[in-house]
Amino acid sequence: MSAVIPYAREDAGAPPSLVADYRSTVPRSPREPLVRIPATLTETTGPTGCWDRLMGPAMADLTTQHRAPPLGQRIIVTGRVLDERGLPVPDTVMEIWQANAAGRYVHVKDQWDAPLDPNFTGAGRVVTDGEGRYRFVTVRPGAYPWGNHRNAWRPAHIHLSLLGPAFATRLVTQLYFPDDPLIEIDPIANAVPMPYRQRLVSRFDMSVTEPNRALGYRFDVVLKGREQTPFEEDAHDH
Amino acid sequence: MTIDVADRIPAERLDNQHSDIFGQTPSQTVGPFFHYGLPWKGGADLVGRSDMGARAELFGEEHYVLNLSAPTGTPLGKVIEVAGRVIDGNGDPVPDAMIELWQANAAGRYRSADDRREAVPVDPHFVGFGRASTDNGGVWRFRTIRPGRVPGPDGAWQAPHLALSVFGRGLIKRLATRLYFADGEGNDTDPVLAAVPVARRGTLIAEARVGGWWLDIVLQGPGETVFFDL
Ligand SMILES: [Fe+3]
Repeated sequence: MSAVIPYAREDAGAPPSLVADYRSTVPRSPREPLVRIPATLTETTGPTGCWDRLMGPAMADLTTQHRAPPLGQRIIVTGRVLDERGLPVPDTVMEIWQANAAGRYVHVKDQWDAPLDPNFTGAGRVVTDGEGRYRFVTVRPGAYPWGNHRNAWRPAHIHLSLLGPAFATRLVTQLYFPDDPLIEIDPIANAVPMPYRQRLVSRFDMSVTEPNRALGYRFDVVLKGREQTPFEEDAHDH
Repeated sequence: MTIDVADRIPAERLDNQHSDIFGQTPSQTVGPFFHYGLPWKGGADLVGRSDMGARAELFGEEHYVLNLSAPTGTPLGKVIEVAGRVIDGNGDPVPDAMIELWQANAAGRYRSADDRREAVPVDPHFVGFGRASTDNGGVWRFRTIRPGRVPGPDGAWQAPHLALSVFGRGLIKRLATRLYFADGEGNDTDPVLAAVPVARRGTLIAEARVGGWWLDIVLQGPGETVFFDL
C-alpha cells in the first residue's frame, strides 16, 4: 500500500478563527487549540469525478438562468485553481454564490431595502479543466449593509467554494474587486493580515474583457499542496 | 514611444495575480446566505432519493437551481442515520451552519483517485460525500452507510468514522472534526483518537439513540468539540 503524503499546513496568510471586530466569531470560534492529527487516507482523499451525479450539470453562466438577462454590469470571472507549488488542480468543483447588482441575496433572511431581480439567482458551479482553468459569466455584485456595527457595509464580493483533491484542501473564500474602498475597513476581509489580504482581490484584466459584452476579472485560487512529491512506487497501478 | 490606445492597460496592483504574494488563498466565512448555493436537495441522503440536506424554504422555488442527486442503486452496507446539533459558546443552537461529510464505503474504500487500494472494492452506488444544513433548532442530519475500517499510519487500522467540516456565519475557517461510533470496533486503538487528550475524546463519539446516532458539535465552551489542525 502506498504511503500517505500529508498536505501542507496553512501558511502565513491564514486568518485566525477569532476576530473580535467580526462579532459573530466571538461566540462561535473554538477556544481550545486545534489538535494535530496524523494524516491518513481520510484527510488525503476527496470525491473524484462524480459532480454531475451529486449536484447536477455545470452552471457557468449566471446571466442565462431565467427568462431575461439580469440587471447590472455583466462580468467574466476566470482564472486557475492551483496548488501552492503552482501546479494546476484539474477536474475539481468550484461553486459560487453572490448578491445581485443591487447587493441583495435571494435568501429570505436578507431583508434590506434593495430590489430583488427576478432574473438573477446568483449561484453557479463549474469543474476545472485539465489545466485547472475555470470561467464564470455573471453580474458584478453590489455592496450590502450588515448588522455587525453601525453603518457596516460588506465590500462587493463573490463567495467561492472549492473542494480540491482532498478533505485537507477544502476551501471556502470570497473574491473582492480592485479599488473597492470598503475592503480596507471590512472586518471579514481584515481577518486576513496584510499583505496576504490582497490575495483575495481580483485583477481587472483587459484580456479577459469581451468587447461590447462584459468586463473581465482574473482570480486564481491557490489550495494547499502536498508536503512532498509522491514517489513513483505505484507505477504498476497504471 | 507611444502605445496604441487600444493596447493600454491599467497599472499593476498588489493583488491576487501578483507573484510577490503568491500562496494559499485565505479562508473566508460562508456567511448566512449560502443555502441557495451549497446544500443541494438530497445532499444529506447518501443512500436514498429524499431531499434531505437543503433548506428550500429559505429562497423562492424559482431560485432553486441546484439539482436533485441523480438516482442511484442501493449502496452496500448498513444504512444509518447520524444527527446532532451545532451549539455555540452561549449554549444556543446554530441555525445557519452547514455540515459537510466525507467517508469511506462499507468496505472501507474511499471513492477517490488518491485511494489506490484496488483490493478493496469501490461501491458504484456510493460516493460518500454530502452536505446538511442545520435547521432552526441547529440540528443537522444525514442518512448514510456505516463505513468500514480504513488503514491509518504504520499499519494501524482506524476505527469506523466520518470526517466532518463545519461551516457557518462567524466561522472564518471551516472546522474539521470526526464522528466515531460508541460501539465502533477499534476505537480504543484508533491513531487519531489517540492524538486527542483522553478527557476530550468523548466529544468525537456519537451515542446510539432511537432512530440513529447522535453527536452534538459544540463550537466553544464546556464540552467543546475537538477540531483538527489539518
Ligand atoms: Fe456575502
